[in-house]
Amino acid sequence: MILQYLDFERPIVDLENRLDQLKRLDDGTDKGVREEIGKLEKKIGKIRKEVFSNLTRWQVTQLARHPNRPYMLDYVNLLFKNFLELHGDRAFRDDPPVVCGFAELDGQKVLLIGQQKGRNTNEKIYRNFGMANPEGYRKALRMMKMAEKFNLPVVTFIDTPGAFPGIGAEERGQSEAIARNLLEMAHLKTPIVVAVIGEGGSGGALALGVGDEILMMEYAIYSVISPEGCASILWRDTAKAEVAAEMMKITAQDLKRFGVVDRIVPEPLGGAHRDHKAAADALKAALVEALYPLLHMPTAHLLERRYRKFREMGALKKKAGGAG
Amino acid sequence: MAIRLFRKKDEGDKRIKIPEGMWIKCDACLEIIYKPEVERNLNVCPKCVYHFRIPAMERIRTVTDEGTFDEFARELESVDPLNFSDTKKYVDRIKEAKKKTGRNEAVITGKARINGIDVVLAVLDFEFQGGSMGSVVGEKVALAAEAALESRFPLIIFSASGGARMQEGTLSLMQMAKTSAALARLSDARILFISVLTDPTTGGVAASFAMLGDVIISEPGALVGFAGPRVIEQTIKQKLPEGFQRAEFLLEHGMVDMIVERSRLKATLTQILRYLSSAGDR
Ligand SMILES: [Zn+2]
Repeated sequence: MILQYLDFERPIVDLENRLDQLKRLDDGTDKGVREEIGKLEKKIGKIRKEVFSNLTRWQVTQLARHPNRPYMLDYVNLLFKNFLELHGDRAFRDDPPVVCGFAELDGQKVLLIGQQKGRNTNEKIYRNFGMANPEGYRKALRMMKMAEKFNLPVVTFIDTPGAFPGIGAEERGQSEAIARNLLEMAHLKTPIVVAVIGEGGSGGALALGVGDEILMMEYAIYSVISPEGCASILWRDTAKAEVAAEMMKITAQDLKRFGVVDRIVPEPLGGAHRDHKAAADALKAALVEALYPLLHMPTAHLLERRYRKFREMGALKKKAGGAG
Repeated sequence: MAIRLFRKKDEGDKRIKIPEGMWIKCDACLEIIYKPEVERNLNVCPKCVYHFRIPAMERIRTVTDEGTFDEFARELESVDPLNFSDTKKYVDRIKEAKKKTGRNEAVITGKARINGIDVVLAVLDFEFQGGSMGSVVGEKVALAAEAALESRFPLIIFSASGGARMQEGTLSLMQMAKTSAALARLSDARILFISVLTDPTTGGVAASFAMLGDVIISEPGALVGFAGPRVIEQTIKQKLPEGFQRAEFLLEHGMVDMIVERSRLKATLTQILRYLSSAGDR
């Protein structure tokens, strides 16, 4: 994988490169080099802390879309065992942006559904940049119904810019496919744990996002429309994406405050892309913690709890006096 | 999720403009038509059957039995959870919409009768912020579904919306899940839900309750789809085919049960209600 850096990561990366050089020089004899290494390490720690404790929402957006960020299939390798992929919606075709299969999470068998973006150009095209067609959502639904039938809990990973806006997608009912998943997930008689691992792009993300516990990686985003899309509609200027990201409040911390997200999964220092293994370990721990209590919940209670959770989302007031 | 509400500037407002004068120009056939005649004709062009957009209250008048509509949840109002402002403050946009429509929000909910049959109605109002779904619209649609569940009356929702309301951020996205969850309960209880799509029904409203009807009806010519035509054009970099995302296109692709002209809507709803509303009693 070719490592790439965001602008605001630059100062950290530059210092890290210098540190690497110094470490190569260090043969254990030169005290000056040792001291220099120590100083540099401190400095890197300080700058990293400064940068990452003051991230703007637009910077978080860039981290969520970072080209080196772990994708669904990276997590499949790092935190699940015995993954067995299943394909197709049994109606039209297999949709590669949505990946489904059996997997073991810490010894617990689950049905895993996730969105996959693709790392290099060929993969990206094959995965349609993580943008599912209706058949992708229908494949996911077929798997969820199977999970319900055979008593497997469902784990979903969300990472998409949005559902694909195309002619074929509209012809085959993109809106119906998304809507159907929302309805069916709301009363699916098996536990569902959702993890937003990167980009939670609007309805295309939510179509895998109705569940009992909603997890979100620390530098993931989840929004009703992309900052660019919002900027182009409300400001008629995509250059306002940064402001739009700020306005829409799309980070894990924002959404925990609004009750949209239950748990924030901490990412390794500098973001998940700096250490896939550490990110996977943290996500695994959070998934296990979220899932286990659900396994023993009576179904009626589980479904009532899931209903109330989404039923209560929103902000409104009742006008005094009642008349409008 | 939310899309541009207006496709072209001149196409933006399909209500009958030019309040002065008795003659108006049809947006579709461009014929000059006599306003009282159009109004008598349920706001359908007598020359080309073009269906003008109509306000929610007028919709209710045309499909329910006179004097039977009993509104609920009228008192619910939007707040500004994100402290949002773009070129205008969200609170100001809401104020303007209230002033323009005389309503608190973009949906009207209530109970009514249609040819003597009890129903619960939710009618979206495109005049209020493009019918966009924020927390209040989501709440009222969910309340309507719950009222139908409790009374065991069939639910009918008339959609007219550009999608989710961006100014409420991810909370507006979650209204899609909220409304769909409420409809799941209605479906489990075998209570009929008829969805009527009117121009336009797109974005987060299309991708939630609007496409979940046991029976889905569309008015002729209505724009119905997930992504906005402009977004699709920009993504695939080609021109869209004539009639793309119109009601007739959806019918052809199997996405709606029927297209019904406004003049036949009440009668058709009655017929469906008579076929299906007893299902829950067994
Ligand atoms: Zn006409």
